[in-house]
Amino acid sequence: MHPVEMAGVTYAYGSGELRRAVLRDVSLTVAEGEIVLLTGPSGSGKTTLLTLIGALRAMQQGSACVLGHELQGASEAARVALRRRIGFIFQAHNLLGFLSARQNVAMALETEARLGESKRLAEADRLLAAVGLAEHVHKPPGQLSGGQRQRVAVARALVANPGLVLADEPTAALDKASGQEVVRLLRDLARSRGVAILLVTHDPRILDIADRVVSMEDGRIVSAHRPAEGPAG
Amino acid sequence: MRLADALFLPLRLAWRQLRAEKARLASAIAGVMFACVLVFMQLGFRAALFESATSVISAMRAEVFLLHPLTLASFRPEPLPRVRAGQVLALPEVIEATPVYMAQSTWRSPADGSRRTIQLIGFDVQSGSMGFAGLPDVAEALKRPDTAAFDIRSRPEFGPVQPLLEAQQGRPLPVQIGNRTLDIVGLVEIGPSFGADGNLVVSETNFRRLVPDRPFSNTDLVAIRLRPGSDVAAVQAQLRALLPGDVAVLTHPELVAWERHYWETATPIGFIFAFGSLMGLIVGMVIVYQILFSDIANHLREYATLKAIGYGNGFLARSVLSSAFILALLGFVPGAVASALLYDVIGQATFLPLGMSLDRGLTVFGMIFGMCSAAGLLAMRKLRDADPADMF
Repeated sequence: MHPVEMAGVTYAYGSGELRRAVLRDVSLTVAEGEIVLLTGPSGSGKTTLLTLIGALRAMQQGSACVLGHELQGASEAARVALRRRIGFIFQAHNLLGFLSARQNVAMALETEARLGESKRLAEADRLLAAVGLAEHVHKPPGQLSGGQRQRVAVARALVANPGLVLADEPTAALDKASGQEVVRLLRDLARSRGVAILLVTHDPRILDIADRVVSMEDGRIVSAHRPAEGPAG
Repeated sequence: MRLADALFLPLRLAWRQLRAEKARLASAIAGVMFACVLVFMQLGFRAALFESATSVISAMRAEVFLLHPLTLASFRPEPLPRVRAGQVLALPEVIEATPVYMAQSTWRSPADGSRRTIQLIGFDVQSGSMGFAGLPDVAEALKRPDTAAFDIRSRPEFGPVQPLLEAQQGRPLPVQIGNRTLDIVGLVEIGPSFGADGNLVVSETNFRRLVPDRPFSNTDLVAIRLRPGSDVAAVQAQLRALLPGDVAVLTHPELVAWERHYWETATPIGFIFAFGSLMGLIVGMVIVYQILFSDIANHLREYATLKAIGYGNGFLARSVLSSAFILALLGFVPGAVASALLYDVIGQATFLPLGMSLDRGLTVFGMIFGMCSAAGLLAMRKLRDADPADMF
């Protein structure tokens, strides 16, 4: 079973005359270790698709099996539990300003009963070292650069060994060097741990890391291709 | 998540969040402290006033009392037949029955001649029914004609009686009560009450000299002392059966409660202080609510992020309530210390028996904790606005 298997997913906002469909009969599969880029114009439905896969919204129609769990009809508690197995990287890093870098990363492990405090912090330090921030573990986000903050966010997304990483414009707020660093981290992760990665991006600089580029338009997937091949209808 | 973690981790998160913004934390603590002091003061005044209202009654050292059933409060007694004091001696458990007389008279200050109403308390000064501090030392002197003992805890408006008496170097201090001149021969300690700003203790005979229009056959209260080990309730029941319906038979705690009940129900004092306490709690709750609410509103994205990475609503709700608990604790401790200091200062200024007690401390902490919890529960509704789906 693949980390993401979606079939016939339809989603709409509003009701009655105000009902507006944003996803129409979308089917998508993401394999282990695969990096998939979601592209498309604003309003094409890619962010909604990401939130459904991330169990951040309740499903309406269709089926979505994520990391082996069917989300159609899943309870709020089941969706919260599933989210602990998914790594999230947001466009804005959304780090907690009153915590240090290591405390921010360790927060992603505090929902895990099996780990004690010392192990949580050790894991956080290990991940921060892996993203090149070993010297900055005690600094709060306010004392880090934009690129460093996003790397802390990447460490937070990866520290719980997720089976799936969902990222929304992870390089949008970064300069070229920082953006490439974050992309390299994600690519290494996918290769070394077999983690499926789904990125929403408009950044052409990172197209080459993708195994597949999925284009959306008006709530539908209109093309899916390997970056080197160019879009196919 | 283990139970210990489920409680500790939200508490730690709350503390870290509060600690990060020190100015906001200080204003929140000040708000809770303010509410705390306000409630302590209101409850303290209330207790002190009720305690002072019953100070004369509380100082009596008898187990059972007789009073007229229509008497509302000791400062305004209805007379009862004095003969009842003799009748109760029929019971073998009774060793002494002391008639007590109370009346208001006019005191002329020995310092400046100003007039002020004072309460006269007359009784057989040799009896052991009155436990006023200092009484045994002056009991013998009070048997002389036209003598009195002044309550040293009377309000200062009565004049500097103690220094003037000391200046007499053992001789009595002459003062004017009503239209008679009395000698102050010593000092006792009773304390002012609602009904009287000051007290004067006199013998039964001297009371009659001061209040000549009071019929000899009447008294205001009878204090009955029982043999050690007597069953007070049983004696009370026997006296009720023995005596006619023109007297009420009360135990000492019942008499204190009866006096207190009058001041609680016949005056708006209880309501005023309860209302004051409630106002303090409401003000404190609004302050804490504003702090918590704006904290959540300012960190909505962070809360939504925590939801996105797998924290449930329960964890976040516990975090907000933990903030409320921390604020309650941090505000209560300095609030209690400040209140204790204020009790001391105000007690000295007003002569009210203000003092910190464990009971009141626990009560106020419970109220402050409830206040902060209510603020936390109200602020928690804002957490619903933290939608993890908005993070993408």
